Amino acid sequence: MNRNKIIFLRVLTAIGVLAAWHLLSTVPAPEKPLLDPFFFSTPLDVLQRTASDIVTAQMWYDLYITLLETTLAFIIGVVGGITLGFWFARRELLAAVMDPYVQAANALPRVVLAPIFALWFGLGIWSKVALGVTLVFFIVFFNVYQGVKEVSPTVLANARMLGMNERDLLRHVYLPSAMSWVFSSLHTSVGFALIGAVVGEYLGSAAGLGYRIAQAEGVFDVTGVFSGMLVLMIFVILIDALVTVCERRLLVWRPAPATTGTTQG
Amino acid sequence: MGQPALVGNEGYPAGPRGLPSDVAVSLRDIRITFTDRSGQSYTAVTDANLDVHDGEFVAIVGPTGCGKSTLLNVAAGLLTPSAGRCCIFGNELSGINRKAGYLFQADALMPWKTALENVSIALQVNGTPAAEARERAVEWLSRVGLSAFIGRYPHQLSGGQRKRVALAQVLILDPKILLMDEPFGPLDAQTRTIMGELLLDLWSRDRKAVMFVTHDLEEAISLADRVVVMAAGPESRIIGNFDVGLERPRDPAEVRHTAEFGTIHKEIWQILKKEVIKAYTTGDKV
Repeated sequence: MNRNKIIFLRVLTAIGVLAAWHLLSTVPAPEKPLLDPFFFSTPLDVLQRTASDIVTAQMWYDLYITLLETTLAFIIGVVGGITLGFWFARRELLAAVMDPYVQAANALPRVVLAPIFALWFGLGIWSKVALGVTLVFFIVFFNVYQGVKEVSPTVLANARMLGMNERDLLRHVYLPSAMSWVFSSLHTSVGFALIGAVVGEYLGSAAGLGYRIAQAEGVFDVTGVFSGMLVLMIFVILIDALVTVCERRLLVWRPAPATTGTTQG
Repeated sequence: MGQPALVGNEGYPAGPRGLPSDVAVSLRDIRITFTDRSGQSYTAVTDANLDVHDGEFVAIVGPTGCGKSTLLNVAAGLLTPSAGRCCIFGNELSGINRKAGYLFQADALMPWKTALENVSIALQVNGTPAAEARERAVEWLSRVGLSAFIGRYPHQLSGGQRKRVALAQVLILDPKILLMDEPFGPLDAQTRTIMGELLLDLWSRDRKAVMFVTHDLEEAISLADRVVVMAAGPESRIIGNFDVGLERPRDPAEVRHTAEFGTIHKEIWQILKKEVIKAYTTGDKV
């Protein structure tokens, strides 16, 4: 497949969708446009609003708050998930006893906890962080648990034969194996940390991207809602790109899924 | 390191035998029974008696599923036998056999460590400082012909190269006993021959006691001092014990064309063949 052709077609798709949106929301048919700009806004309005918002200090403050909440939720969730994941994986009795409760806790849709967290932690950043943590924690927890359980028995037996004690095994075998599972779920867990932050903000806060969107929606400012969504989208894409870079560096030892990089001989 | 009586003795190791401390691995009346989840028990090996002397290269052959590897795991201390005793240099074994190095059939390298790290970690966990461990690992990797690949991760190496790393990882600790479980099984025929040569070359320098499990009789004869034949499972036992009188040092590829090789091969194959056929007809559940 031709790379240039793909890029060309991609750009064409974007132009097509935006043009359709523009035409449907501006050209009268016959007296009113098919898409009422009050409900659907127009692409140019959204771009204009975003451009004027992005230079304000308020926007950067909101971005900073969301980023802070996401980061905190991610770090706390990962640390908690790794610790408990390890602990459960190495204590079979504990895992067996706690299994139904872990499953039950994980079965609960986390969004319903948002009001509780708002009560407990107030309307500041910590109620959003808490929501993000409950989402990130389980992903990391299950991955670490799986990672420790699924260490190749041969690698383990070999490490023992080389003279590794429990501490060495933890450091050189279990942890790297578990971390490879954590890293491969990095995109998901970062995504969930962000969902926790934005949903929390949306449900009750005084700053952040979710707050912006909720505010705009409250005054039927559809352009503001779309503009907030656009900023959020760009924000997520940037974070995701960052995660991809980290992932590549941390998982160099893993075979690439579909390349012929192995040497023969 | 080596027993004084054995080093410097060209050809066949002819040290004093029979002394308890001269016997590197002594398996006495070993029985191994597994119980599966449904509660059914299955006896893999029974009444196994085997002495491997210091400096002796013993190959264990037998049909697939006869419990060869199980016996090796007992000698390694990875598996406790249901009955019988396993003594290492006269001392009863409990826990991991710290005098033995184990070369596994499957990939056993840590995939998250480079070739160099995989080899040096063996020394590090045994108390060698990192810098010295690294230096010696580089030396060992060059000894197995991998100088150009020390920075590679296992997935970037071929099967033969991975085996070489594993060999360096095991030998760098200078174990007195070398346990090998069809180590070259997954490799292609040419690579196997080359690896056999490399193994004999490294082994001939300090003559460790070797237990080499294989299902390839030709490989067994071309490498070993003695070939032990195991019966088809279940309840496999040792049914044959053959001294291989071929000269050392030998070239495992060349030695296959000699008349002596043909004679001993024929002799062992007569016994082994029956077991292989038995394994095909009765060994389905193995």
